Amino acid sequence: MTSTPLLSATGITRRFGGITAVDNVDLHVAEGEFLSVIGPNGAGKTTLFNLISGQDRIDAGKVMLEGTDITNFPPHKMAGIGMARTFQHGRVFGNLTVMDNVLIGCHTRLRAARSTIPVVAPLLEILKALIRPKSVRDEEAAMRAEVREIVATFGDRLTPRIDQPTYSLSYANRRRVEIARALALHPRLLILDEPTAGMNESETAEMQGIIGELKAQGRTILLIEHKLNMVMQLSDRVMAMDNGKVISQGKPAEVRNDPKVIEAYLGHSAIGGDDHGAPGMMPLQAAGGAE
Amino acid sequence: MMDVLSFPWIDFSVAGVVIGSIYALMAVGLALIFGVSNLINFAHGAVFTIGSYIGWTCLMYLGLPLWLSVFVVAIGGGMVGALIEWLAIRPLNRQSRIAPLLATIGVGLILDQLVHIIFSATPRALSADLPDWRVTVGTGTIGIVDIFIFATAVVSAGLLYLLLFKTKIGMAVRATAQDDDAAMQMGVKIHAVNMTVFATAGALGAIAGLLVGLYFNSIDPVTSFNIMLKGMVAIVIGGMANVPGAIGGGLILGLIESYGIGFFGASYRDLFAFAVLLLMLLFKPNGLFAKARERQAEPMTGTFVTQSRPFPIPWWATALVVLLAALLPMLDRPYVTQVMTNALIYALAGMSLTLVAGTVGMVSIGHAAFLAIGAYVSALLTLAGLPVALGLLSAGIITAVLGTGLAYPSFRLRGHYVSIGTLALGQIVVLVILNWDSVTNGSLGLYGIPPLEFFGLPLFSTNATYWFVLAIVVVAGLLQARLLNSHLGRTWRAIREDTVAAETYGVASNYYKGLAFGFAGFIAGIGGAVTAHQFSFIDYNTFNLLISVLILTIAILGGLGNITGAVLGAVLVAALPEMFRVLAEYRMMFYGVALILLIRFRPQGLLGSG
Repeated sequence: MTSTPLLSATGITRRFGGITAVDNVDLHVAEGEFLSVIGPNGAGKTTLFNLISGQDRIDAGKVMLEGTDITNFPPHKMAGIGMARTFQHGRVFGNLTVMDNVLIGCHTRLRAARSTIPVVAPLLEILKALIRPKSVRDEEAAMRAEVREIVATFGDRLTPRIDQPTYSLSYANRRRVEIARALALHPRLLILDEPTAGMNESETAEMQGIIGELKAQGRTILLIEHKLNMVMQLSDRVMAMDNGKVISQGKPAEVRNDPKVIEAYLGHSAIGGDDHGAPGMMPLQAAGGAE
Repeated sequence: MMDVLSFPWIDFSVAGVVIGSIYALMAVGLALIFGVSNLINFAHGAVFTIGSYIGWTCLMYLGLPLWLSVFVVAIGGGMVGALIEWLAIRPLNRQSRIAPLLATIGVGLILDQLVHIIFSATPRALSADLPDWRVTVGTGTIGIVDIFIFATAVVSAGLLYLLLFKTKIGMAVRATAQDDDAAMQMGVKIHAVNMTVFATAGALGAIAGLLVGLYFNSIDPVTSFNIMLKGMVAIVIGGMANVPGAIGGGLILGLIESYGIGFFGASYRDLFAFAVLLLMLLFKPNGLFAKARERQAEPMTGTFVTQSRPFPIPWWATALVVLLAALLPMLDRPYVTQVMTNALIYALAGMSLTLVAGTVGMVSIGHAAFLAIGAYVSALLTLAGLPVALGLLSAGIITAVLGTGLAYPSFRLRGHYVSIGTLALGQIVVLVILNWDSVTNGSLGLYGIPPLEFFGLPLFSTNATYWFVLAIVVVAGLLQARLLNSHLGRTWRAIREDTVAAETYGVASNYYKGLAFGFAGFIAGIGGAVTAHQFSFIDYNTFNLLISVLILTIAILGGLGNITGAVLGAVLVAALPEMFRVLAEYRMMFYGVALILLIRFRPQGLLGSG
């Protein structure tokens, strides 16, 4: 692991009305590192990811990617510099086929089909789509071949369904499509927001296997996850949040045993009763509906 | 232009507040409905018209006293409101969010046509026996009618407050506005709440209709649309579902208009409203009174495009139909050929709209503006001596550029805001045509537009025109189909399905919306230009809102995003009423009924949306 961070976010703050959803959070991810963010519902994890990946605007703070300031870049630019994310609730394009969904992930890498020449770019892009010169056809064919490869990493979950619209897929398969789409972007930083939400045990185990493989490929990954077993096994480092603040970070085992983390999950001993909940158990639903 | 010091501020302020309170009445109803049922009620203008005609019946025909007339108007308006809910909203519960909006357009058309049939289109005088005295205030005066209108509006607002905050049903309304699922689980009868809201809005809208009649001493069935648009502008100013905001928005709009008229003249009245609307949509889409930046809602996945795949048509079947279509003039029925030519021009418009509304998901209710731009461009250029073929081409290019530029403010909008934005776009184009006398010849229109020809080859015989238009349709259809199966097609659909996710994967959605509008503008511009050369006369009214609604019906009928569907839809919608005289006479009602039935029973259109 290198010491220069790939992504470094400092002093990130976001307020909604009177609530400070993310409060002065620092987050650094080194090249090839696997960092997980845990915390009860409403802790501000997703909001933090939204801020880093450009879905939401930062009130205060700074995000740098390899020394370039990318604070409040619009989402499509974030994608252009290699940031890919999946969504907590799953956001596939329902009426598009699996193939087309994943091809959208390739969008930032289209060169021949698009144009960067100022002023005439729109016209050129339409004309190239109409005329389709060999370069455009070759590029499209290459992307399609690559999509088939990516989809094949999910075994035969998606391959037989590659030409089906994603609204017809099961929930777990839709999550898989999302990850395939993210991989198609060739991300330098892969952000996964609860990739196993709503999955049963065997599906979770399968997903954990896939994410483990991604880690083994040396990818840089940021993960939000509630299933602590998975977090403990995959992460190089864990960061715990509560009420918009970082309450603990470090090696997985350290964070797991930090009393502050246990308290955040299980509540105060005076209210929650038993304070000696087994570490690693499924977290309780803490108060607060905001995600 | 007047001097600021000598400007009769008081008179114009009084006029502004009076008109503003009428706008506020309209806006309150729209805001209530938006808050509870999550839709913009495009039939609200029809309620307004009906209110003014019930008022006329009470005051002029039955001779009832004014207070009783107001009461009857409110009851009548309430019943019409409830009817709209029952016809357009209830059957569509849980369909995609744009569906009931489109249904209200249909109901509005039907109600408007009914008023036409019962009362005819000629304006009627309306007056109440109010004493004709005026109070002098400083340098201006306030009339009794002004006071009556303002007082009625205030009392109505007060009653609405009591209904919302002091009654049980009011509590149910507010609960439903917050979260309809939760309210339903707590035993709130959502249908009853919806109906209450529509009835209340209807009563307020109908009273507004009566008051406008009293203010101008006359009523007619065509003002309603305009007043409804003003109500929409007012709720955009006030913040869509914000009822007190709607009152504020109405008053602000009334004052802006009144001062604007004072300074610049009455012909610009409507331009101010739309300028305000565009500025609001661009800079403060949450309204003037929004407290802070609001969090983005979850995506409105589920535009009107349902989860379906287009009906597969083999290429040879399409080719066969085209061949048969090309043989149509052999029937030697010039009238049929002419009607079909007309239908094919609508097919161009329908293909253009089906791209932006279906493939990209921006449901435009002002698409006739694109035709209008194309028609005027080609007409003006050819009148200045350019060959017709080049006129058509220029019309396509200029409409592509200009139309995209005009539509741009609506790119940032989502869902129902797009409908308001594009509706405004349509009106702005009409108003510019009407007011830019030196270029467009204003309300007189353009005469003597050269007939169709192709570099000296005359195309103005019935058959030649038909073949020419058919050729344009085929070429445009092939081009559009080719775009749809390129990377652009999937990118456009991705934007439609989930703009946020598409952006996250690097799709600059505004740019791609621009490309779609550019291509759509090119096609529609040529369609409009062909119309101009075929008619040899166009004016600001050639491409009005009814045409926009017609194009939308065509696109939905065929299946949103479906090119073949758009052509089929155009033939059914534009040609059928011409073939049967009865249908032609009740054309609006026919479109209205068709729209409602379609949305209710076959939202994916005849050939399926893609």
